[in-house]
Amino acid sequence: MSRDEGPPPKILLAHGSGGRLTYELVRDVFLPELSNPALETLSDAALLPELPPGTRPVLTTDAFVVDPSVFPGGDVGHLSICGTVNDLAVAGAKPLYLTWALILEEGVDGELIAACTRSAARTAREAGVTVVAGDTKVVPHGKGDHLFITTAGLGAIPENRRVGDDRIAAGDAVLVTGPIGDHGATIMAARHRLDAGDLQSDCAPVNGLTEALFAAGLDIHAMHDPTRGGVVTTCNEVARRSGLRILLVEESIPVREEVQTICELLGLEALALPCEGRVLVWLPEEQVEPALAVLRNLQYGTGAQQIGSVEAAAKGSVPVRLRNALGTERPLDLLSGMDLPRIC
Amino acid sequence: MSDAVLKDARTISSLVAKIGAVVGQRDRPLAFMEVCGTHTHAIASAGLRRLLPKGIRLVSGPGCPVCVTPVGYLDHAVALGSRPGTTLCTFGDLYRVPSSHGSLELLAASGGRVRIVYSARDSLDVARERPSEDVIFLSIGFETTTPTIAAVLEEAEREGLANFRILVGNKTIPSALRAIARDPETQLDGLLLPGHVSVITGWHVYRFLADELQLPAVVSGFAPAEITRAILELVQQATTGRAEVVNQYARVVTAEGNRVAQDLVDRYFEPADATWRGLGSITGSGLALREQWARRDAGRVDIEFPEPEEPAGCRCGDVLKGLIDPPQCPLFGTRCTPDAPVGACMVSSEGSCAAWYRHERLGLELPGRADTQQGG
Repeated sequence: MSRDEGPPPKILLAHGSGGRLTYELVRDVFLPELSNPALETLSDAALLPELPPGTRPVLTTDAFVVDPSVFPGGDVGHLSICGTVNDLAVAGAKPLYLTWALILEEGVDGELIAACTRSAARTAREAGVTVVAGDTKVVPHGKGDHLFITTAGLGAIPENRRVGDDRIAAGDAVLVTGPIGDHGATIMAARHRLDAGDLQSDCAPVNGLTEALFAAGLDIHAMHDPTRGGVVTTCNEVARRSGLRILLVEESIPVREEVQTICELLGLEALALPCEGRVLVWLPEEQVEPALAVLRNLQYGTGAQQIGSVEAAAKGSVPVRLRNALGTERPLDLLSGMDLPRIC
Repeated sequence: MSDAVLKDARTISSLVAKIGAVVGQRDRPLAFMEVCGTHTHAIASAGLRRLLPKGIRLVSGPGCPVCVTPVGYLDHAVALGSRPGTTLCTFGDLYRVPSSHGSLELLAASGGRVRIVYSARDSLDVARERPSEDVIFLSIGFETTTPTIAAVLEEAEREGLANFRILVGNKTIPSALRAIARDPETQLDGLLLPGHVSVITGWHVYRFLADELQLPAVVSGFAPAEITRAILELVQQATTGRAEVVNQYARVVTAEGNRVAQDLVDRYFEPADATWRGLGSITGSGLALREQWARRDAGRVDIEFPEPEEPAGCRCGDVLKGLIDPPQCPLFGTRCTPDAPVGACMVSSEGSCAAWYRHERLGLELPGRADTQQGG
């Protein structure tokens, strides 16, 4: 086999054998982009430094099967880093280390793997995380779909920081850090070959936003990234876990016109579309203005808005309601049946 | 908030005030039926029913294609899909609708091949990908959908795609309206006519409503303000004893409709009697493939399936005729929810039961629902 640098033209089953081709793939495609001392040992497991004193470890795992693998505003490599980093960030942690495992389909273009690796590496640098371990498997043609990625993510929460749904109280405000549904609408438009104009996925690491909120000394009660099932699902889950009720105000929820159009064409609800670079934030009402000021000053938070508030539960109330511009209210339920398969 | 939304809200408030002034106090509310699933959904999601005065009752008609599809059609589809070497292609709305003893969803879970498509055209791709399979598109829909299916048949013919067929369940709205309007049980004072369907049919096909049946009728768009304006027109006609067909959607609806689409449909389909869930058989209210295209007709496959069974206790039929509102069905919100639908009207997003459940159940007494907080 060639010893030239760069990706192979096609992925073969042998690239997952653990033999010479696997080594060449690691050496020519993964290491040049992701290189760091822990990864370079190519050992069975990564030995990590001690966590910063006084912090508690936070661990997450995620899988990425988005179809198509490359979409406006990103690819599955970029998405895999964002998704993992964001799960840690909304838990209040500083993301530190990631593992990155690829399941490749026999016959997929080597250049696709290289491109996804480059974007993963770029996003990892932006988010300040290190990929410390990896794995590659290849499944026969037809048994996978191009490229699936699984990750684990390790972060650390400072001692004095505590976020969780049990801290949410009646009277809290609900913020969103930008327009909702961009990722879901982008993927659906790509899949249905609809012209979505300049619409791009919102896929981005949000730890810059969450750390800025903490740095400003704000009393953040809870945060979540509205991925699968979107704002509707996240709010329903929060209402259930906290035992409280959430009222969203339709005209204050930022939705791009392109997203609204795609929803109308495909019969989707923007509020149920996944975001991959947005955060929902619960915090005391009186801290809304300072929090919005912090967020709007940052690249991924320029579109931040308050979209609703938390209420005490009352007899007969539904977990989440939406009030429209006419002042009438309707329940916002969890999706029934299938939502959008393979959106992330 | 966008200026357009605010402006819309102000327009609606002033229209509602006018409607209140015209309708006044009444012994029996004026009953207007909307016959388009998109109207049903728009009315429910904007909460228009609660904004209107008590003298107005909005009822949903048979405007959701999935809801009016009889159980027998689904049984037929499931029987076809259970044969080896068959792939069914369906709109997602039909996927979870209960058949007599299952559903397409259950067929797929038991190993049957069922593909969800967004447009009929996507099923041609499936036929191309699987040349050795019998690919059957479950063809349901009204005047808006049928032309696209005719276009797909045309493409299949041109390409010589021999493995592509359709199971015809298409229906036409005007004959159904005539049957409902004539039914002595339904006491309607006017009709909100469908916007999209009328783009194809033109509004002249509805003139019989005013001329023969003395019913006010308005073709309307789908924005909440457009619907409210149409209701005002209906109220004005009904309270002054007038009956006219008014086209308030003139920016897209013409008198004669889309002749190209009509001709395309006519090339492949001919009128036929059709069974509507809840309404029974209505003469000339459906379509069948012309004899010339028999080879495209999956309905002609020799296959047997048992007599269809309507779900016990389900009052979809009365809902579709506008005789009851969905919450008056004993199953509504208890045994029948979007998560576990008993009848088709609870499955489709355009179905009136689903629209009521999703948007208008606040304040209704619905015992035993898991997602409603029962205490403080």
